[in-house]
Amino acid sequence: MARLNVNGRVVEIDAPADTPLLWALREQAGLTGTKYGCGIAQCGACTVHIDGEAVRSCSITLEGVSENQKIVTIEGLSPDSSHPIQKAWLQLEVPQCGYCQSGMIMAAAALLAKTPKPTDAQIDEAMTNICRCGTYNRVRAGIKLAAGV
Amino acid sequence: MNAIVRNAPFSLSRRSILKGAAASAGAFTLGFAVPFSEAEAQAGTPEINAWVVIHPDDRIIVRIARSEMGQGTLTGLAQLVAEELEADWSKVGWEYPTPGENLKRNRVWRNFSTGGSRGIRESHQYVREGGAAARIMLVQAAANAWNVPASECRAAKSVITHTPTGRSVTYGQVASAAAKLEPPKEVVLKPAKDWTIVGQSVKRLDTADKLNGKQVYGADIRLPGMLNAAIKACPVFGGKVASFDAAKVTGMRGVKKVVQIGPNAVAVIAETWWQAKTALDALPITWDNGPNVNASSETIAAMLHSGLEAEQAFEGNKAGDARAAIAGAAKKVEATYSYPFQNHACMEPMNATALWTPQKCEVWCPTQNGESALAAAIEASGLPAAQCDVHKVHLGGGFGRRGRSDYVTQAVLIAKEMPGIPVKLLWSREEDMLQGTYHPITTARMVGGLDKDGNLVGLHMRISGQSILAGVNPQALQNGRDPVVFQGLNPGGQEGPFGYGIPNLLIDHAMRNPHVPPGFWRGVNLNQNAIYVECFMDELAHAAGIDPLEFRRKLMKNAPKHLAVLEAVAKGIGWGAPAQPGTAKGLAQIMGFGSYVAAAAEVSVSNAGEIKVHRIVAATNPGHVVNPDQVAAQVEGSFVYGLSAAFHQECTVKGGRIVEENFDTYPALRMAEMPKVESILLPSGDFWGGVGEPTIAVAAPAVMNAIFAATGKRVRSLPLKNADLRRA
Ligand code: FES
Ligand code: FES
Repeated sequence: MARLNVNGRVVEIDAPADTPLLWALREQAGLTGTKYGCGIAQCGACTVHIDGEAVRSCSITLEGVSENQKIVTIEGLSPDSSHPIQKAWLQLEVPQCGYCQSGMIMAAAALLAKTPKPTDAQIDEAMTNICRCGTYNRVRAGIKLAAGV
Repeated sequence: MNAIVRNAPFSLSRRSILKGAAASAGAFTLGFAVPFSEAEAQAGTPEINAWVVIHPDDRIIVRIARSEMGQGTLTGLAQLVAEELEADWSKVGWEYPTPGENLKRNRVWRNFSTGGSRGIRESHQYVREGGAAARIMLVQAAANAWNVPASECRAAKSVITHTPTGRSVTYGQVASAAAKLEPPKEVVLKPAKDWTIVGQSVKRLDTADKLNGKQVYGADIRLPGMLNAAIKACPVFGGKVASFDAAKVTGMRGVKKVVQIGPNAVAVIAETWWQAKTALDALPITWDNGPNVNASSETIAAMLHSGLEAEQAFEGNKAGDARAAIAGAAKKVEATYSYPFQNHACMEPMNATALWTPQKCEVWCPTQNGESALAAAIEASGLPAAQCDVHKVHLGGGFGRRGRSDYVTQAVLIAKEMPGIPVKLLWSREEDMLQGTYHPITTARMVGGLDKDGNLVGLHMRISGQSILAGVNPQALQNGRDPVVFQGLNPGGQEGPFGYGIPNLLIDHAMRNPHVPPGFWRGVNLNQNAIYVECFMDELAHAAGIDPLEFRRKLMKNAPKHLAVLEAVAKGIGWGAPAQPGTAKGLAQIMGFGSYVAAAAEVSVSNAGEIKVHRIVAATNPGHVVNPDQVAAQVEGSFVYGLSAAFHQECTVKGGRIVEENFDTYPALRMAEMPKVESILLPSGDFWGGVGEPTIAVAAPAVMNAIFAATGKRVRSLPLKNADLRRA
């Protein structure tokens, strides 16, 4: 039994210690906003924040996270989709199918938390998530809109 | 209620829908075949006709038969209905009717298939008529209530006004009376110049839930008591399961059952998916690899090569005598191009959830073709059609892959092992990569003849390779010939006309079908055909010593629509003006999916051979544009899909199976590689074309032609990652 701090709540997870955080979130905590795309840290669909860092949750197991660490998933980013990234995404119609967007939004939010006015090069470096629908240019524009740059 | 997925604008969230679906699924013995009648009786919500439902509080639900997979068709179709309905757009929501309901109602919503960029271009007429008919009935109901002629009443923004007296009533107030009226025999549609909703960049109807994790995709479905399944099919196509040792994993945590599914797959059913996948990975399986185990990329290349010189070939387009003209030409130019297998790699792997009992079968799944999914469910369940249904959910990408229902068949067969318990089948990314329906593999020999003035007097294009139809729908072949192979090359029609007027022309196809299953892959055959034709046109222009734009212009005198998009991108990229230092430009155009498209690229290649695409200008004439912002999004996305394919993607074959299993060996374009895309829309207003796919086809050739301009090296096979462009 692992205890996690997810979106400000303590959640008991009844799963072996080698279970990837992604699947514990989706299947034990019932937070399906965090997506499975590759399972090998390639696509970023599973991105969550751990203590403010963007982390690919498919590639970290329960034993790699302690109860003291604060995990934030897309469901906990804001109570009402009011995070500047979410607002910019709505305004610019960033999502197409949307499947990658939880991860995109979490990666972008982590970037802005550290680098409030990112350059294009900083955006390129931070945003390595895969989007098969092809929303990259709107993702970039959305980050800039949210950052006011 | 349980049989439809609703997304009304105000009250119902997708989550509550699925809860509702779940609740009724649990209580399925009550019968599920009552979607509209029961639900609407309860809610007091009149259906005006198959397309339009209006709540007493004025909320409008537009029924959408096609599938939303990111391409925006849902919003576009709702705009078309709302336009004729004279609806207040802010009150418009949507829902999917089920394919089972469609069957029961004599296919009132017609085709559910969502592919080939056909969503809007094939249904705009009848969905608009649906909206117009509903409006006429609403107006008539108001006129009846006021006891005035309908001709004295006007409808606008969901309000009906009696013009002489100024009395007014909202749609919601007359909806139940309107629902009882006879539908009009004839409707007249609005002329395009009067459109107020169509042609506007209204916001998509399905964005909000994609921003906060609420959007439920197939992979996210949860039903009470649901189990999860992971599956492995024989990675060698044509192979079977020889044996597996279930006892080795049945004691593992959460595992409920290990079952063979069909001749070639084994599934583990467990409480959670992670448990199922862990057990499946630990399960010893022996495969009977079957007849294709010695096939490889090399044997397939040799097979295709044999078609380049073959006597027998199917003709696609012919004028004059190309072979004779080339033989007599002052200069002969020849080149061989090739295009690899590619996986769709939808962001959301294939999945379906099924519930089976001896009395009924229900499936929840992301599908591009609800009716094909239903057919698969009926067949796999062994139940009569009336006892089966499919509930569509949003797709995490489709790109053609989800037009096939193999995963639905598997899910139902798995659910049959657990009667009364819903089971969700989710493929791993590896399974998704290995069990694809791949972009067809082809090669083409291009031979052109130039006269002494550099005029193209003859062209022979010999395509050799795979036919999608032969793989997926052999009944559709015409005396063995696959007409789809000639997409963009035909003498006329929606998948042509070929834009170049060449006096002596022969385009033919020697069919060579390797064992790897082909499928419709976003852009389909237009992808490789545009590369073959447009890169070779560039080669011919250079051989003739004529500017590539000028060379094309001369051949496009009778193709003004093709030429217009080409001229637009040439202007946009600054063709003819000196390029930025170190960069070079390339052009391409093609017609397909009913639309005219062109692209221009500005590219640089470093001394180390690294390609950078700086800028893309794209032009599209789709006839009509329903939502300009969404068309622009499709064009932008097309370059990501097309450039991912052009730069990175290739499925190679070894031992009869696909080698690449995940995004580490099958990469996609990422943000840092993404060029700026300027999208020019040039709707000419006289036809309806598609936009989801055609632009993909011009991405690669525009870039490949620019690479030649930058380096003098002609790349003739994809992906570009295999090309050596280092400077000596
Ligand atoms: S699922 Fe974690 S990076 Fe792809
Ligand atoms: S929006 Fe579909 S994968 Fe990114």
